[in-house]
Order: sequence, then C-alpha cells, then structure tokens
Amino acid sequence: MSGIAFTLNGGAAMLRGAPGRRLADALRDELGLTGTKIGCNAGDCGACTVLLDGVQVCACLLPAARVAGCRVTTVEGLAQDGALAPLQAAFLRHGAAQCGICTPGMLMAAADLLARNAAPDEAAVQDALGGVLCRCTGYRMIIAAVLDVARTAQPDMPAAGRAVGAAIARRDGVAKLTGAEAFGADAAPPEGCLALRAIRSPHAHARFQIGDCAPLLAAHPGLLRVLTAADLPGGNLYGIYPEGKDQKVLAEAHVRHRGEPVCALLGEAETLAAIRDEDVPIVWEVLPPVTFARAQAAEAVQLHAHAPENILCRGRVARGDAAAALASATVRASIAIETGFVEHAYIEPEAGFAVRVGAPGSERIEITACTQTPYMDRDEIAQLLGLAPSQVRIIPTAVGGGFGGKLDLSVQPLLAAAAWLTGRPVRWVYSRPESMAATTKRHPARIQAAAAADGEGRLTGFRCHGDFNTGAYASWGPTVANRVPVHAMGPYRVPDVLCTSAAIHTNDPPAGAFRGFGVPQAALAGEALMDMLAAQLGLDPLEFRARNALGVGDTTGSGQVLGAGAALPACLDALRPRWAALRGAAAAFNAEASGSLRQGVGIACMWYGIGNTSLPNPSTMVMGIDHAARPILFSGAVDIGQGSNTIMGQIAADALGVPVAALHLVTGDTDRTRDAGKTSASRQTFVSGNAARLAGEALRGEILRRANAGPHARIALEAGVLCVSEAGRTIKLDLASMPADGEGLVLRGEGRFDPPTTPLDADGQGIPYASYAFAAQIAVVEVDLDLGTTRVLRIVAAHDVGRAINPQLVEGQIHGGIAQGLGLALMEEFIPGRTENLHDYLIPTIGDIPPIETILIEEADPLGPYGAKGVGEPALIATAPAIFNAIAHATGIRLTRAPATPDRLRAALLAAR
Amino acid sequence: MAGYSRPTDLAAALSLLAERRPVILAGGTDHFPARVAAGPAEDILDITALGGLRAIERRGDHLWVPCLATWADLGAANLPAGLEALTQAAAQIGGVQIQNTATLCGNLCNASPAADGIPPLLALDAEVELASLAGRRRMSLDAFLLGPRQTARRPEEMLLGLHIPLPVAPSRSVFAKLGARRYLVISIVMLALVAEFGADGMISRARVAVGACGPRARRLPALEAALAGARPDPALLRRAHLAPLLPIDDMRGTAAYRLDAVATLLRRALAGMVPA
Ligand SMILES: Cc1cc2nc3c(=O)[nH]c(=O)nc-3n(C[C@H](O)[C@H](O)[C@H](O)COP(=O)(O)OP(=O)(O)OC[C@H]3O[C@@H](n4cnc5c(N)ncnc54)[C@H](O)[C@@H]3O)c2cc1C
Ligand code: FES
Ligand code: FES
Repeated sequence: MSGIAFTLNGGAAMLRGAPGRRLADALRDELGLTGTKIGCNAGDCGACTVLLDGVQVCACLLPAARVAGCRVTTVEGLAQDGALAPLQAAFLRHGAAQCGICTPGMLMAAADLLARNAAPDEAAVQDALGGVLCRCTGYRMIIAAVLDVARTAQPDMPAAGRAVGAAIARRDGVAKLTGAEAFGADAAPPEGCLALRAIRSPHAHARFQIGDCAPLLAAHPGLLRVLTAADLPGGNLYGIYPEGKDQKVLAEAHVRHRGEPVCALLGEAETLAAIRDEDVPIVWEVLPPVTFARAQAAEAVQLHAHAPENILCRGRVARGDAAAALASATVRASIAIETGFVEHAYIEPEAGFAVRVGAPGSERIEITACTQTPYMDRDEIAQLLGLAPSQVRIIPTAVGGGFGGKLDLSVQPLLAAAAWLTGRPVRWVYSRPESMAATTKRHPARIQAAAAADGEGRLTGFRCHGDFNTGAYASWGPTVANRVPVHAMGPYRVPDVLCTSAAIHTNDPPAGAFRGFGVPQAALAGEALMDMLAAQLGLDPLEFRARNALGVGDTTGSGQVLGAGAALPACLDALRPRWAALRGAAAAFNAEASGSLRQGVGIACMWYGIGNTSLPNPSTMVMGIDHAARPILFSGAVDIGQGSNTIMGQIAADALGVPVAALHLVTGDTDRTRDAGKTSASRQTFVSGNAARLAGEALRGEILRRANAGPHARIALEAGVLCVSEAGRTIKLDLASMPADGEGLVLRGEGRFDPPTTPLDADGQGIPYASYAFAAQIAVVEVDLDLGTTRVLRIVAAHDVGRAINPQLVEGQIHGGIAQGLGLALMEEFIPGRTENLHDYLIPTIGDIPPIETILIEEADPLGPYGAKGVGEPALIATAPAIFNAIAHATGIRLTRAPATPDRLRAALLAAR
Repeated sequence: MAGYSRPTDLAAALSLLAERRPVILAGGTDHFPARVAAGPAEDILDITALGGLRAIERRGDHLWVPCLATWADLGAANLPAGLEALTQAAAQIGGVQIQNTATLCGNLCNASPAADGIPPLLALDAEVELASLAGRRRMSLDAFLLGPRQTARRPEEMLLGLHIPLPVAPSRSVFAKLGARRYLVISIVMLALVAEFGADGMISRARVAVGACGPRARRLPALEAALAGARPDPALLRRAHLAPLLPIDDMRGTAAYRLDAVATLLRRALAGMVPA
C-alpha cells in the first residue's frame, strides 16, 4: 500500500498507517517522534502544536492524510547539529520550561511567530502563544524567553562551593526543550504491549451488575479479556492512610462516584478504541447521590461504615477562649465562604506501562509511570498484588505536572494487576476526560470564620469551622482536615483561637492533595476578615497585618514558639513601598474614571508548614564516587517540574565541595535510590535537600578522612582522579585500588533527615511542623462594573524562602503558584460530568497572567539546608485572597463564593445597588 | 469497512456523498474534539484536497467564502468597510492553531449555539450555497440554521460556500465576544452589529444578531427598527428589544447575566460606532 509522503523536519518521510488517524498519533506511534505531546486530543491545550507548511496547527486535530506533500516541523526539528536553536536556548536561560510537557507546543507556536516577526512585542507573543496552555510556569518566563531570543550567551556554571544561590539552568532542561524527555505516554513500552481501557461509572451513585461478557469477547477478536474485581490477584482495597484503605481498584457491585472504574478491557488498542461504553453489558441501578449540601441531612445514606454522618474525620486547634475573646472584643467581623472543586489540570494525563519480569519463583512487577511518590506506589502495589515490596519496582517517568494530583495511584493498580495476570506487558494512557473525571481534586469548602481585635488593632480572637467535601473516598482528606485548623487563623499572633474542620464524604470524585491542602480555601476567609477588621479600625490593611504578623519568638495557635527565619515582617516591609504606590495609583485612576472600569489593590498574607503535619516524613539520599572519580547523587526525590533534580545537585555539590556541573544524578527508580518520600507538602527542598546536604557532607568527611586532611581541604575530581589539597600539599586517592560496592561506588556517604515535630494533642497543641514559610502578595485588579469581569493587572509577591537555592527555580514556583491562585480566584470550578475537558474547565491562558514582581526574602532557617525552606505551595495560597481583597477594594463587594466569575460578580454588584 | 477518502474533484466528492453518506471533514476542529471518547470507525470524506474552494474573493455584489477558507484566510483578507465584524471575529476564534485550520463553513455546519461565526454572518445576511449531485441551491443562513447542531443541509449535500452581500451604503460593523479568559474561550455571549449610514450621519439600516443566548443565534428586529433613522446611541436600547433571546443557565453564566451582558455589549457597540 502506498503511504503518505511528506517532508518532516527537512527530510523525506512516509506514513503508512490509517490516513484518518490523528497526525499526533501518527508522529508518535508510527515515527516514534514523541516530542509532540498529547494533552487533550481536542485542540484545547496546544501541547501537540507543530508547523504545517510553516504555520502552527494542532496535530491532534489533523488527519494524517492532510500532510501529504506538505512540510511538517516538530520540536525535534528545532535543534540543528545537536546545538539548541536560539529560541530553545532562550527558554533554557529563562527557566521557561518547568515540567516541560507544554514546552514543545510553546516552542512551535513561538517559532511560527518569530519566522514572521523577528522582533515581536509582548502582545504579539501572547497572541501567538494563546493557544498553548501551561499549568506550571505562569507564562511570564515563557514570554521573557521569546522576547529575548536575540541574546545567545548562556550564563557560566558556578565554581565549586558556589552552586547554592546560583540561578543555574535546570539540569533536565535541555531534554525538555528538544523533545527528548520521556513522560508517561512517551516511555517506550516493550513489544507486544496490551492496551487497557477502564469502563467507568457514568453515575455518581449506583449499584451495578456486569452481565455475560462472552458475546462482547466473541464480537471483538482483539479483545482479550474483561477484568473485574473478582479477577484481581491480591487485594482490591487501597488508600493513602494505612488505617483507612477504602478505595477499590475495581468497584464491586456499588459505585460511589462518577468515573469510578467497574471493569477493564484488555486487548489490542484499535479494538478497544472501537468499543463503546454502552457495548459492555453492565446493568445500572441508579441511586440518589449524597451531595455536599445534604451529606449530613437525615435522608442522606451513610456511604462508608466507618464514617457515621458521612464524616470521615475532624481536625481541631484550640487555644485560650476564642468565644470569650470574640464576645468582649472592640471590633469583630465574620464571614462565610464557599469554594468549588478545582482540577489539577496538569497538561500530562496519567500514563504508563507495567511488565512482569523474572524467572518463576523470583518474579517481580515493574511499573513505569508518572508519579509524585514512587515509594508509596511501590508499597501499595505490593500490598494489592500480595507481593513483598522488594518484588515491585517503580520507575518514574518525567512528570508533566502533578500539583498533588499524582500522589494518588492512577494507572498503576490496574496495569500491575493486568500485567501480573496475563504475563504480558500492558500500557494505559488516560484520556483527558478520564483524567478529569477519575482523579482527585481540590476539596470544595464551606468555611465560617470570625475574628476580633482590640482598639489598638491587635488580634484577640479567631474562630473558624470548615467543612470540606472529601468526595467518595478518603484519599488525602485527613491531611486537609488536620492541616487547615493549624493554619486557618493565618500568620498572625492570636491569643485565643478555635479552629475546627470536618472532611465529609459525598458521591463526588475523591478530593485529595492539591497544592496547599485546604489552606488556600481557608485563607480566602481569614484574609477577608483581616481587611474587614482593618476597615472597622480605620487602619491600613498592610499596617494592620504588620501589627499582627507572626515573627521570631511568637507563639502560634498550636502553641509552637517560632524560631529564627520566620520572616513575614520582612515580607511586609518589602511590600510597603509598592503598596503605597499601587494604592495611590488605583485611587487616582478611580478618581478620574467615568466609565465602568475601577481598579483595586488588595493584599494577603499566608503561612505554610513545611512537610507532613506531625507525622514522620524522612528522606534518605546516597552520594558516592565511582571508579572514574565521578560524583553521583542517588536521589529518590521526583522532579515534577519544580526543579528538585537541579536543587538536590546544587546542595549536594556544595556539601561535597565540587562544581555542580561535575555531578551525576541517578534519580527516580525504587531499585536504585533510597526513599526520599513524596514530592508534596513543599518538603523536597527542606527535607530531601537536608538529606542531600548530609549525604554530601558524609561523603566529604569520608574523603577527607582517607586523605587525612582537615575540614577546609579542597576536593578536585579530574579525569578519573580524585585529589585532596590543603596548604600546598595534594593527596591523590587511588580509586582504582578501592573495591566498588553494589552501586559501583568506591566512596560513599549517606544522609537522612526527618523534620523534628511532635504529635498534636486533642486541642491541636504541639509542634506540627519544623519550619514554616511565609509570604505576602499584592494584587492589582481592574473590574468592569457593567460586565462583572476582572482583569488582574499586576502581582507583587514577597516570599520568605529562607535561602533561595536556585532563585530562578524559586521564582518559577512563585509564578506558577500565582497563576493557579488566579485561576482559583477567577475561573476554575470543576463540575462532575460537565467540565471534564479543558474547554469547559478553564485555566488561565498566557493572556490572563499579569506581570509578576517577586521579592525573595532570605532569612535563613537554621534547620533548612543552607537555610532554605519550601516554596511550592506557599506560592499559591496568598494569591486568591489578595485578588478577592482587590475586588472588594475596587467595588466595595466582598464576594463569598470562589471563583469570582463574571456572572457572580455582576449579580453581587447589582444586588448592592 | 469504514473508509477514508480525500478526493480532489468535487464531482467525485458529491457522488461519494450520495452513495455512502460519509461524515464530512474540513478543518477538523469540531470533528476531532467530538471523538475523544471511543467509538466505532466511520466513513470519512475529507474535503480539504478539493480544488478551487479556498480563495476568498469579491464576486460582483458579494463576497464569496468557499468551504475551505479558514478563519486565518478571512483575517488576512482585505475586507471592505462594513465587514469589520468578520475580521474581528476571525481574530477571536480559538487560538492561532485553530484559526489556521478551522473553516467558516465548518463553524456554520456544526451549528453550535456558541459559534462565533454565526452572529456576524446572520447580521450580514449571508447566504449559503449547497451542492449535491442533483445540483446547487442557495438559501439564507437564517433558513439554514434550524437549531442547535441542526441545519437544513441534506446528508447528500455539502456546503460549497457563503455569499456575503457587500455593503451598498457606507457601513460599519462590529463584533463583540465575552469570555471568562483571554484566549481559547467559548463565548458567554457574542454579538454583531452592522449599520449602514445615510449622508446625514444617521443609521439608515441596522442589523443585529446575538449568539449563545438560545438554541441558535437570533437577529433583534425590534432593535434594528429602533436604530433605523437614528444616530448610534446606547440610550435607544430597550429591554424589550432582547425579547427574541432565550438564554439558559450554564457553567459559563446565568440566563439573567447573559441578557444583562448582551445589553451592555450592545450599548458599547453603539457608543463606539462612528458613522461611516
Ligand atoms: C480549541 C478550540 C477552540 C475553538 N474556539 C472557537 C471559538 O472561539 N469560536 C467558535 O465559534 N468556534 C470555536 N471552535 C470550534 C471550531 O473551531 C469552529 O466551529 C470551526 O470553524 C469549525 O470548522 P472546521 O473546518 O474545523 O470544521 P470540522 O470540524 O471539519 O467540521 C465541523 C462540522 O461541520 C461539518 N462540515 C464541515 N465542512 C462542511 C461542508 N463544507 N459541508 C458540509 N458539512 C461540513 C462536519 O461534518 C462537522 O460536522 C474551537 C474549537 C477548538 C478545538
Ligand atoms: S493535544 Fe492537541 S491540543 Fe491538546
Ligand atoms: S511547564 Fe508548562 S505545563 Fe509544565
């Protein structure tokens, strides 16, 4: 059969598969060019953007036949002779790729623009890249990169001992720019892979029976098997908390949320794709769903035996007498707010494959998939298959965004079960609607809060209760319930507090971990109260916050006395001049305004405990030298785009005393690295960073001991030789004569760190976290009073990061967090069954994120590696409340429902007339 | 067995249509997103290789927009005064990737209540030309659009192109789209206003169409009548003029909000209209 001939990246190419399939599939599956990514298959994300005869198009919306006789350029065609194109180099220099899944699409859209307009302005860049979504970067660094292609020089790499604090390009950056980086759907599966497809409940609550599948199997020869719960080899129950495993790999007769898997089809990919859900013989008995509004009403059925009144768990922090403080205060304010589900909307849908390996008797299962938590995955899969953890190997792929959503198992259990049962490799890639329907979300919240202050503007009491919709299964619900009461009063000195929470089961999708674990929702209430109290007292909102800001030596609501590094006062000091100028400018604008536009400037503060709440969360790292004198860091910390691969290297290199450029990294394979814990709770820099530092220091100690050198000796690694020099004398260690261990190391050091915390008592008193990050952000908005639309004009963010190990990566985290906070504030609300795609569920585009000024406050945390603490979640928390406060400043309207969609804001404006 | 054909010749395409009633594929930007979920293979007629059906041209008293003309083609076409609404709409459909492949005719055939192309073309009194083996027929766009995702196209017909009457009097037009984010956004509401002006600077004839406020976009005849003979003035708008609109509540906005926003956008369109 003749094929489709075309020009691909300058060379002749031919496609022989079906002419009507998507070009993106043809490029990836037939030609192996996996640089073109698939995030949605619906034109919504732009990750698949390629150039067709020089103009940008979505490869997921074109039939392969369309390229006949045309020129196609993919990301693989940008670099020439192994050298990055100037555009790619600019992306690297500017930190424009974080996870990198959107990067090929961004590069192709930008290449199209630059070919027609060599010196575009910012508006032109936004117009040209408007069709590519990025969930990580907040777009500003991408814009900066495209505007800066003309410059070519890359900054020099730092010398030995100078890596910490240097804004070096990310270690995995080049692979992300050339299309070489392999994400879940890119990792090459072995030959003969079976495909898997889950059949999921279309109902929120139902009983079901699976009928006789024999006719279905007979009608589709490529369908090998229909897996049901009865087929699962070991257990069927999993869950985040060891004592609360409540989620089934495949449902048994009863489903509790839309999207819950009931059976799985196993066979040839084309066969599975042609089977409609309705073709599978399932009889549904639809039950009334338990909703968040009515979960505790008398008629609501109890969804789990262990959760009376559908309450999964509660959290509580109580100190002093909040009721009395509120009753006797000079000023008081109260508010009730509501938020909806928020979807992680990482551009990479979950994907991976599993293989059963080894000889009978010593068989193992290997799972290659995107994940934020390989070690938890390993233990959970072992438990599900009835294997020892050592029989499970998790090989994490690059992760195309996580934000908490890839902390829960997704493809892994069914892949593992299917591969184990059939003995054949099995691969599975979630579709976008499947990813959105089936995976966890941010908890919807209903929060009631009240705060009081005395006549001097000092907070005296705070009371708050939050109900959190944890959906059908526990997932990370307990984490949210525990974390929120600790943080709900905000980063302020409040003598009397009572903060409680409840995680409530419903027939909604499970709510799990999402950047901030409930704290962003609570901050919407708390930061509104701060503005309301300041207004009653006639105080400036920033000054009111400064008067109450937690600092060194202050006591938190949990009774913890804060040590060095608690730097909220410095954040507010840094913002003060901007605040005054921006408030003044907005007042001037509004005084002149005759039309419908009004500007507002709002501020919000936040704090965030780094790491698990009062639970151990150790990290272990190994660093060593091999025979070739290569320093190697074995890091189990998964880089989900935030940059831990780079940060761990910077820390470890400085600890050892070698240039970071010399360091080799082995990462993300449960067979080759130690447990560094999960990439969540903003813990990797602080916890694993400490482990990396300790490993580097241990290795350095070992080398110096062997060389009999003092602590300030210089270590040099050159061409297979390890030299230690000190006061004019140089000792050469003879690595060749040293025996290598199982990891090929002749010298090694190990580091382990577990943040010192204590359990919380029944009143939530204790030391829940060893370190806290603080921040304050200013948002400037422009509201169109007649349409209810809000445009954010500018964000100024001051973040206490302890020490910025890599300022560019830290800024990248802050930008990305702000973009997600902006989405939460203005447009994001997931509605099961209605917004399971990226055109009905809206995340900010490149045109929605304003210029961001970041101010890094570096007051070292004595416990942090080189003083550093986490920033991943802190970046997001203050943004939405700052925007809500800015809207209130612009309009006088205090919105109590997020997101502030145009119809909601307009309705509130009309009601206030 | 489902097949894929991509003929270069219209007659071949039309006989295929007559014989097998395949699904027509143009830019694919509505086609593929509707097929993210699994489904059996279909017969596909890819019309993009048909010759002579891409170039937008002036033909006598109208503009001819053939079925393969994309939104980007339209945006790059140097349209005469009075058709600005089309240029403005072309820049606001999806993102650049979508504009580069999506066709106007696909937008009309898909007949989404939220199709941005429909209000300007309705307001401009566009006509569609349909072709089948039996011959060609023309009808007004208004008659072509039956309801949400329903058109008067017969299964053996394809839409050959659009006839857009060229302005006869000095004219201005404007397109306004409201969405909840900057790019790639399904409209909460959108509208087009076309005004012809007399020598006195008064509107001699006005045409207004509004979309995403009901099963299909609607003209507003009462408003058009009220504007005729007047200067463009936001104060002329009355609530009653919006009576043909029947919006619903959905995740993009409530029905009440939609009507309110349409009124605001109409007032702005009138206020911004400088007589031609
Ligand atoms: C990310 C994204 C953003 C979008 N944004 C917008 C937007 O802002 N505004 C908007 O209005 N739309 C938008 N769309 C929808 C879509 O791009 C438009 O409707 C587009 O104009 C459709 O044209 P097409 O050529 O791609 O149609 P196709 O997908 O090829 O076809 C659409 C339908 O029309 C039929 N058809 C096409 N051509 C003919 C013909 N000549 N004769 C008979 N039947 C035909 C097809 O069978 C199909 O049913 C968006 C789509 C995506 C994916
Ligand atoms: S995969 Fe093509 S746009 Fe998302
Ligand atoms: S870097 Fe853009 S989506 Fe991750």
